Amino acid sequence: MPPSICALCNTNRALILRPKNHQKLCKPCFLRTFETEIHHTITSHHLFHRGERIAIGASGGKDSTVLASVLKTLNERYDYGVELLLLSIDEGIKGYRDDSLETVKRNAKQYDMPLTILGYEELYGWTMDQVVEQVGKKGNCTYCGVFRRQALDRGAARLGVQHVVTGHNADDVAETVLMNLLRGDLPRLSRTTSIITSTPSLTPPPPPSSSPPSSSSSTCHTNIKRSKPLKYAYEKEIVLYAHHKNLDYFSTECLYSPEAFRGSARALIKNLERIRPSAILDVVRSGEDMAKLVPGGNEACGNGCTGQTIVADEGEGGCGSANGRSSGGEMASMEMQLVMNETAVEYGLEVEITSGSLEYQTHNSQMSMLGPLVNGKKGQRPKGPAPTLRKAPRQTMGQCKRCGYLSSQDICKACVLLEGLNKSRPKNSIEISSAVKEPQESQTISATTSIQRLDLGAE
Amino acid sequence: MTDNKSEDVIPITVEFSGGLEMLFSNKRKHNLSIPRNDDSGAASNIAFLVSYLCQNVMKDPRKNLFVLDETVRPGILVLINDADWELEGEDKYEIQRGDNILFVSTLHGG
Ligand SMILES: [Zn+2]
Ligand SMILES: [Zn+2]
Repeated sequence: MPPSICALCNTNRALILRPKNHQKLCKPCFLRTFETEIHHTITSHHLFHRGERIAIGASGGKDSTVLASVLKTLNERYDYGVELLLLSIDEGIKGYRDDSLETVKRNAKQYDMPLTILGYEELYGWTMDQVVEQVGKKGNCTYCGVFRRQALDRGAARLGVQHVVTGHNADDVAETVLMNLLRGDLPRLSRTTSIITSTPSLTPPPPPSSSPPSSSSSTCHTNIKRSKPLKYAYEKEIVLYAHHKNLDYFSTECLYSPEAFRGSARALIKNLERIRPSAILDVVRSGEDMAKLVPGGNEACGNGCTGQTIVADEGEGGCGSANGRSSGGEMASMEMQLVMNETAVEYGLEVEITSGSLEYQTHNSQMSMLGPLVNGKKGQRPKGPAPTLRKAPRQTMGQCKRCGYLSSQDICKACVLLEGLNKSRPKNSIEISSAVKEPQESQTISATTSIQRLDLGAE
Repeated sequence: MTDNKSEDVIPITVEFSGGLEMLFSNKRKHNLSIPRNDDSGAASNIAFLVSYLCQNVMKDPRKNLFVLDETVRPGILVLINDADWELEGEDKYEIQRGDNILFVSTLHGG
């Protein structure tokens, strides 16, 4: 094959084939074009305003590293006049986050941005390692995702920052659109396709008798804006940008397994891209168009309208990075399958149970219901659409009665998860020391069941 | 045709990144000498290299995390001397002496 020539400068050898339009570009033209398109996304959606302090949700991974690098470049080139900070969440996973946090620390020096690291332990009293020790590997990504979502808001509040940007890219958004489509969850699809979301001002938390997840920052995460400047950027181009700019990023798989469903959606997206690269942006645009059809749909006002931002979704994001996107991939989903198989052997078919008919509040009665199911047959697994977790319309979003965080339920997901964790912590330690079998298993199952419910509602 | 062994192999550099190095002994850069021709006598191309890597370099048993349906798994980018392999004929590209072939995964945590 004769070398291709860059379509823009007509001089250099082309190294990049753009997935969105098959344009062949040389390295300098690609880097410039990529940056200019992010600039266009930022200006056409009025994402930033002069004087704004903006926290970048930084994981040390490719997306948030590219985001930090590009935002620094653009802020200088176009004089946005914004102040950029790095905010990292330490989930407390030994051997995983340690290395990526080292990367973030180097990034902070490279980009000359102040860095804040906030730990799950500090915020919730539990590290992810402790959570996994408690609940097992199944479903732990739900904890991670729910905790992280709130952690970024709480971290931002602590920094006195009103705006958090995350590294969600077009592939992530397309994946989320597909997942919500396959779940039949258009309201959530509507919320998650929006480029800007916001956590509305919160009322003070209820009386001191309740126990907020964080003693230090539960009251003040007011009106924190979230945005995704890389929403229209292909993951492929993000990786190529990082490669050609020699950016220092860290890639690893979360040690704990992400959801298999998300992994499958991701694989589907990547397969589609191989056949028809434009498919990813097409899915994103379809998601936006469908969102407009949802009553109170979020992007009805089209590009550039900032008068009405969308209420953020508390469950947004899976596992794998501090920007809330999934580590995804079949690599992980295969491991997930293995873990599930092991779990299935261990607990009978507990992992297969869809808990649509079960309630949080009645853990004890669940146990008796679960008894026969656990030992039951595969055929008892309810199929079809998730029955009870259909999302309430956005208008009914209120605040968590425990911690004041935005929630469509009386008690937010984090508080529900924490309640389960805190309840079972002392009991299980007793159970382990005792030799009795039956009740202990039930205890574990009830904790897992609340995860099952949340799985249905996650993102 | 020649008897000289060094004429029958091509020295190349193969690199793995974006998490793929985990499948290749946690080593990013591999200096390899691959056969000049495949079993049928045709010049070695990327398709041959990929199967060669699976058979000779990859110790990890999870081959399908690298290869799917006999080609590089979707979501893994291939750069030939820094150029997107789609600009070079994809897996039909005939490997030249001294080539640098980079496999980079986009599938890992961001
Ligand atoms: Zn050019
Ligand atoms: Zn709460």
